[in-house]
Amino acid sequence: MTMKTVFEKTAGLTDTQTHYCPGCTHGIIHRMVGEVLEEMGILEDTVGVASVGCSVLSYEYFNCDMTQAAHGRAPAVATGIKRVLPDRFVFTYQGDGDLASIGIAEAVHAAARGENITVIFVNNAIYGMTGGQMAPTTLVGQKTATTPFGRNASIQGLPIRVSEMLSTLDGTAYIERVSSHDVPNILKAKKAIRKAFETQKQGLGFSMVEVLSSCPTNWGLDPNESLDWIKDNMVPAYPLGVYKDVQKGDVR
Amino acid sequence: MGKVLMKGNEVIAEAAVHAGCKYFFGYPITPQSELVAYMARRLPEVGGLFLQAESEVAAINMVYGAAGTGVRVMTSSSSPGFSLKQEGISYLVGAELPALIVNVMRGGPGLGNIQPAQSDYFQVTKGGGHGDYHTPVLAPSTLQEIIDLTEAAFDIADRYRTPVILLGDGMLGQMMEPVEFKELKEREPEQKEWATTGTRGDGKPRVITSLELNADALEKRNEHLQKKFALIQQNEVRYETYETEDAEYIVTAYGTAARIAMNAINKARKDGLKIGMIRPITLWPFPELPFVETRDRVKGFLSVEMSAGQMVEDVRLAVEGKAPVSFFGRTGGVVPTQEEIYDQIIKLAGGVVV
Repeated sequence: MTMKTVFEKTAGLTDTQTHYCPGCTHGIIHRMVGEVLEEMGILEDTVGVASVGCSVLSYEYFNCDMTQAAHGRAPAVATGIKRVLPDRFVFTYQGDGDLASIGIAEAVHAAARGENITVIFVNNAIYGMTGGQMAPTTLVGQKTATTPFGRNASIQGLPIRVSEMLSTLDGTAYIERVSSHDVPNILKAKKAIRKAFETQKQGLGFSMVEVLSSCPTNWGLDPNESLDWIKDNMVPAYPLGVYKDVQKGDVR
Repeated sequence: MGKVLMKGNEVIAEAAVHAGCKYFFGYPITPQSELVAYMARRLPEVGGLFLQAESEVAAINMVYGAAGTGVRVMTSSSSPGFSLKQEGISYLVGAELPALIVNVMRGGPGLGNIQPAQSDYFQVTKGGGHGDYHTPVLAPSTLQEIIDLTEAAFDIADRYRTPVILLGDGMLGQMMEPVEFKELKEREPEQKEWATTGTRGDGKPRVITSLELNADALEKRNEHLQKKFALIQQNEVRYETYETEDAEYIVTAYGTAARIAMNAINKARKDGLKIGMIRPITLWPFPELPFVETRDRVKGFLSVEMSAGQMVEDVRLAVEGKAPVSFFGRTGGVVPTQEEIYDQIIKLAGGVVV
């Protein structure tokens, strides 16, 4: 009987075992980014920027040159790289605490400048690495270590919808929000990531894919419940879809 | 090329261009804004790139990204802005990335004012940011010297893979003097095998990071950094001495304060007083040797600073109690006058000159 390979690890990822918690979708998102880089044949022309937070060690997982940035500063670091090496692919991989809180200025201005970089924005509505504190994306009513009674809009304010906000800037070329809670959505997410890198390839400007993801450990849910929680709670608060596509003149 | 009359801030910028720097990321702040403006105009002429960042924090992180690709890159700021860059400087040290950071100091603390001061000495020489580190600090006292030290700063940065600070003050930044540049030559950019430029067929991906979760491994990295700092201390000390051979008293000062103190010393010499000077050019590594060589035979040292007394601590360490060390300083952007320093010298020498 001859064996046929029907599935294998992407060359876009190293053999290093990831440290992510069981049920966390960082692994899936890593894999999608790695597959896109491999399929586009751009791994050797890519410099990735890791952030601070759960994905801080992503420089050990992506099989391309990587730089680790200070908390929130990844878009500025990526700007420095891309401005020196405009013909390389530069992406950042950032969580919501990193991008939407401490690094919101760097994200907004990189987008406003139309930096020709791709941001992979992983939104799990909580700080994971530091132990489950409130993020700017934490939902109203959501319990976290620093909103033990649930996020109260009158005290902690309202969540930031990053895709909606950045899509209002003229410098952004492609922005889509996707989810990682089931297979159809994962397939859509991969397409979006590909589209974002294609946007960079064409030099159109800032591209970002926001991926809704899970945090079973800090949400206090099992992996399956976490996926349902994304679908039932996050998707209604953070509607999926293309928010900006300059090629289509599509602005939601 | 002949002499040209230029402003200090612009001399730093042109000197950087001469040193092969083609990338500048900055943010305006007085009294160094001419440097930013000069680069905005000048870098495109040499095929380089100027980018105005949204903040000092972003600027230093853009420098971090660009430095990781192996090019000569810089940023500049003044005291409050320099404070904001400390996060990035700590990361540059941790990730071992070369870059030039210029600090044209002004009066503080807080927003302070825009007058010249030297009150960031502690911050630039003792680390400044978090962690256990030093950055080489070069402090010119004339505009011509800026040209040499800017190039030296880039060389030290590349040689040791470290950020280097060029330290001036509002006086040096704003004053004009005739300076002479060498002819501008196209430099071959240095190939740096550690740079993250995309692997491009040359094997294993490279990583730039300051993260080391394992305590033993981080200690090893820190030991490596400390060895590097020791090497810099061994090889890169710079200073100038003036009439110290027969000096009974030695004035020590750097940058603008040294220029003014020099005039006071010359006047004191004319009046028959045996006064010399030690001018540290590198503030870290601090030049201990000229103090060690003179401390057993002089009657005292006087540290003159545009601060409440910062370098004087390093002077005391170098003198090790072998001679009295006194201090004179003005703060808040007040520049000490030649007369004031002269009076301090007279006071120190314990006499009245008729």
